[in-house]
Amino acid sequence: MSATVPAAVAAAYAPQSPGRLALRRFRARPAAVLGAAIITIFVLAAVLAPFVAPFDPIATSWTLIRKAPSAAHWMGTDENGRDVLSRVIFGARASLMAGVVSVLIAAGVGVPVGLAAGFLGGVTDMVVGRLVDAMLACPFLILAIALAAFLGPDLTNAMIAIGITATPVFVRVARGATMDAATNDYVEAARALGNPAWRVMLRHVAPNIVPPVLVQATLAIATAIIAEASLSFLGLGQQPPAPSWGSMLNSAQRFLSQAPWLAIFPGAAIFLAVLAFNLVGDGLRDALDPRRR
Amino acid sequence: MSTGLRSRILQLLPTILLVSILVFGLQQLMPGDPALVLAGEERGDAQVLAQIRAELWLDRSLPVQYLHWIGGVLHGDLGFSWRIRQPVAQLILQKLPVTAQLAGMAFVIALCIGVPMGILSAVFRNRPLDYVANFVGLAGLSTPNFWLGIMLILLVSVHLGWLPPSGYVPLTENWRQSLATTIMPAFVLGNAIAAILMRHTRSAMLTALDQDYVRTARAKGLRENRVVLRHAFRNALVPVVTLGALELGTLLSGAVLTEQVFSIPGFGKLVVDAVFNRDYPVVQGVVLVTAALYILLNLLADVLYTVINPKLRNA
Repeated sequence: MSATVPAAVAAAYAPQSPGRLALRRFRARPAAVLGAAIITIFVLAAVLAPFVAPFDPIATSWTLIRKAPSAAHWMGTDENGRDVLSRVIFGARASLMAGVVSVLIAAGVGVPVGLAAGFLGGVTDMVVGRLVDAMLACPFLILAIALAAFLGPDLTNAMIAIGITATPVFVRVARGATMDAATNDYVEAARALGNPAWRVMLRHVAPNIVPPVLVQATLAIATAIIAEASLSFLGLGQQPPAPSWGSMLNSAQRFLSQAPWLAIFPGAAIFLAVLAFNLVGDGLRDALDPRRR
Repeated sequence: MSTGLRSRILQLLPTILLVSILVFGLQQLMPGDPALVLAGEERGDAQVLAQIRAELWLDRSLPVQYLHWIGGVLHGDLGFSWRIRQPVAQLILQKLPVTAQLAGMAFVIALCIGVPMGILSAVFRNRPLDYVANFVGLAGLSTPNFWLGIMLILLVSVHLGWLPPSGYVPLTENWRQSLATTIMPAFVLGNAIAAILMRHTRSAMLTALDQDYVRTARAKGLRENRVVLRHAFRNALVPVVTLGALELGTLLSGAVLTEQVFSIPGFGKLVVDAVFNRDYPVVQGVVLVTAALYILLNLLADVLYTVINPKLRNA
């Protein structure tokens, strides 16, 4: 029978893994692919910073104070004569690391808690639910600022503060997805076969919560990058002279009329990085959940 | 009062209790002894330290400290600012009107931009206008508002010289000046909310446009404008308004940085100054008050939802 079906037709109807299907849907979205490309460029810049940055990001020069963009210094120089392009490239390290690490903290705590709450229900769910409500009642940035202030100003503490603040959203997403997945017939079947609860939870329910958590994580990185930039802007994140986009904007404010390039480039970098993660997050959501409009 | 609403309020009590424990717990994160911070130059004097600890109840056990603090909060006493030497509640009440003006203006701006964009985007679904609106919305969400503020100052104040770059004049003093000093920060704050409102409006409109009553309205031969605005939009408005009300947190978070950029002496500036001066009672007070406001608004949104939506009125 298979001999009579043309190979191309057979390939089109061959069962595809959900992951491959999602990847194909993701690739069909130009905006999402553009976002992924921008992220790749930023990641490469961050990883290869010492090789791609034209100058030392913290080397000051009295002869190069606040020079406008030129062939030698594409983004100009700052109030200490440092090359802005090199600082933007090295700044990608702080921003991307803060985005990824704080989301790892948030997901690492939030997902297991949400999974347990959604699967076990009852008192566990009630306690977790109220705790999540309480944390979500505090405005995101105000809570992050308060946490960072009490922990003390540095990049690690900023990442912890942002991670803790972002945790309740992951609890909520994981809990919702778990409750949704737990109603499936195969979960019921796994229980009926006498599998212990932990096994049903980890083997049969947990894989179902990966897609929504992945989408949430991508969008949360975008939020975390803005939060880190905000904390650094306020002096609660990366400490000088180490470059970070937020703290560069802070010092740029003082020279707005004389050296606008100091404010334009670091801000544009934040905007592009955040936009890229948002584009990929939206693309992933549409690719992983075809029911969504 | 319906039973649904009553149970909703009862459900809020443990949340409020947990928020208060969370806010109280913030202080425990602080490395070192608060008494040392307060004593300043007299930190070497054991007697002064002991006196400060006794005054702030720092020499008691944690549960006792919490009960003392929450007892004060319930009586409207949010503690005493370490630096400004004023009651925290009084400080917050002084700054709140400034931020409220900013937030109110921001919300109006957000409604004026976000809702029409959402409607157009839904009506022209999957057409170029929809893609453009979606991209503009996403760009709005991705712009850090302090950067947008700095860029606006650069363009409008430095280059064009149209508006003052910073400062604040109260509405009661001179309304023209007041609007001139707040319109830029309000736009910055409204920008992010506009993007969120646009997304809510778009999805609510898409749902509404799929309904039978819209088909009936079209079948009656009504003009498309009328179908969209009178029939679909009126129904889409309910989720938009209630979800919009929940963006208070975004507004207050945004106000922190926006007020910093435009030097506006509001709620956000109060927190930032308090953070820099290590004035922890003020930070705690602000987090507690914003959380309480959010919970209250959440409840209000629920009530509003029931009032606007006749189907839920007798539930």
